[in-house]
Amino acid sequence: MKKFLAVILAAILAVGCFQGCSRNPSDSTASSSVNISGSSALQPLVKAVADKFRGSNTNTSITVNAGGSGTGLQNVFDKTVDIGASDIFAQEKFSADKANALVDHIVCVVGVAAVVNQQTNIENVTKQELIGIFTGKITNWKEIGGSDQKIVLINRPKSSGTRALFKAYALDGQEEAEGHALTEDNSGTLKQNVAQTPGSIAYLAFPYLTDKTVTALSIDGVKASYENIYSGKYGIWGYEHLYTNGQPNGVVKSFLDYFSTSDCEQIIQEKGYGLSSKMTVKRSAPAASK
Amino acid sequence: MNKADRFRKETLGRSLVTLAGLFIILLTLTIGAFLVYRGSATFFVDKHNIFEFLFSSDWEPAQQGSGGKVGAAIFLVGSIFISGLALLIALPFSIAAAVFMTEISPNFGNMLLQPAIEIFVGIPSVVYGWVGLTVLVPWIAKVFSLAYGYSVLAGAIVLAVMIFPTITSVSADAIRSVPSEYREAAYSLGSTRWQMIYKVILPTAAPGILTGVVLGLARAFGEALAVSMVIGKMQAFPTSVLSPTTNLTAEITADMGNTTTGSEWNNAIWSMALLLFIISFLFILLIRLIGKVGNKTK
Repeated sequence: MKKFLAVILAAILAVGCFQGCSRNPSDSTASSSVNISGSSALQPLVKAVADKFRGSNTNTSITVNAGGSGTGLQNVFDKTVDIGASDIFAQEKFSADKANALVDHIVCVVGVAAVVNQQTNIENVTKQELIGIFTGKITNWKEIGGSDQKIVLINRPKSSGTRALFKAYALDGQEEAEGHALTEDNSGTLKQNVAQTPGSIAYLAFPYLTDKTVTALSIDGVKASYENIYSGKYGIWGYEHLYTNGQPNGVVKSFLDYFSTSDCEQIIQEKGYGLSSKMTVKRSAPAASK
Repeated sequence: MNKADRFRKETLGRSLVTLAGLFIILLTLTIGAFLVYRGSATFFVDKHNIFEFLFSSDWEPAQQGSGGKVGAAIFLVGSIFISGLALLIALPFSIAAAVFMTEISPNFGNMLLQPAIEIFVGIPSVVYGWVGLTVLVPWIAKVFSLAYGYSVLAGAIVLAVMIFPTITSVSADAIRSVPSEYREAAYSLGSTRWQMIYKVILPTAAPGILTGVVLGLARAFGEALAVSMVIGKMQAFPTSVLSPTTNLTAEITADMGNTTTGSEWNNAIWSMALLLFIISFLFILLIRLIGKVGNKTK
């Protein structure tokens, strides 16, 4: 009879688990749990903020999953999570009527730098040179004063939010060369690729520029730094968004409000992001893209 | 035996087992149906031609609505090319290892080779990929004096290591199941051990070895992580074994998080997943077919 009981018990547990998994978090906003999914670029920051937030709100549980901006936006639209994290405006992924259901909370800005392998001996490029490199017109570093080395382009997949950002603000909207560029989406792997491939160039978000294994390029003599982003001199940056479906309330609202406290601003800067409050330039959502 | 007793001793166990079996069948069918439902949207909702999907290399799906191009030929060719090369690399080693551990030195084989192969199976694919990225890729660049080592060859070598245990253990089982009378008959006709192996044992075990080959190929086709780390994911047809390319699994993993449900892009990715499902289904059919032919010749 013991085995029989064990089987029944297992069945009950299994059913309980299924129910647990499929519960609708939008019903539970009154209780203290927040589910977040989306952008992997934003995940480390949200996680760090969530840890800090939990410290003062001990009976709150916050789960943070990555999965990509598209997943986050889709999940929050479907109400399977409370907050969808995204590197891009919802208007860039969704049609206008779908995007309008979502409420945008900009939590910080993030800069993106063109990075090169150290052996290229290049630290500064002009914007025209950068466009020439990424469209495949310039193929050797010596053409712009570097060492005699073939340029190896490392791109991100076409669907990537970082790629869309880089294309819009670093390349003035010109399409990047396809067919002779390597592709990598994971920023950690990308950084390793650039570090170990002579002549390579790619782009990385500032939070990944923690050491000197790759060289971040200045563009037209402007260093890739948050001071230059705040003042509007360096243009390759984007907002980091947390989207909710409709106006947030309860613990979701207090979690979002927490991002503008001074505690949180410190975490944002420590993690390599920029404060949106310091921005002297602003951008708005583009019209629905292709 | 009273009723309750009978329930406990016979009916309960039998129905639990049947239930679990039916559940697995149902699960397979639902996954298949779901893939067909999602994967067919490219053709029925976005109105693309299946020939465009399979034979065109224009890959520019739309992020919203439809109207883009969904030619997945590069990914399909990449998958076939890399898996095929991996098989070519792994096969000689696999058969040699299988023959060695069954015919030539069973004791040593059972003591060292078998556990080593089992360990191979247990290593997670991300580890293979990472080792490939840090050791193999720079090595290929150095040996062939290339700008970088991301290539079909790197992907194929990593895959070869991953499918080697599958092919070896299935082949070894096939060789073990060759009746010992065959061996004795070969010896009594005066053949050496080597003649016995390649004229009698291997032909007899061929259907079993082929099953291993197809299983290995199926694994190679479906592997995503390790391969995508070392092939460079360049969106172009491979021009040689040293050129980078991309494949179905790499493209699916790269794009799935960045697209939204219902967009043409997302549908096209589901179609690629459906294609992988159909290919692995064909592989399974092939194994069944080989099994039937093998039974007939025995």
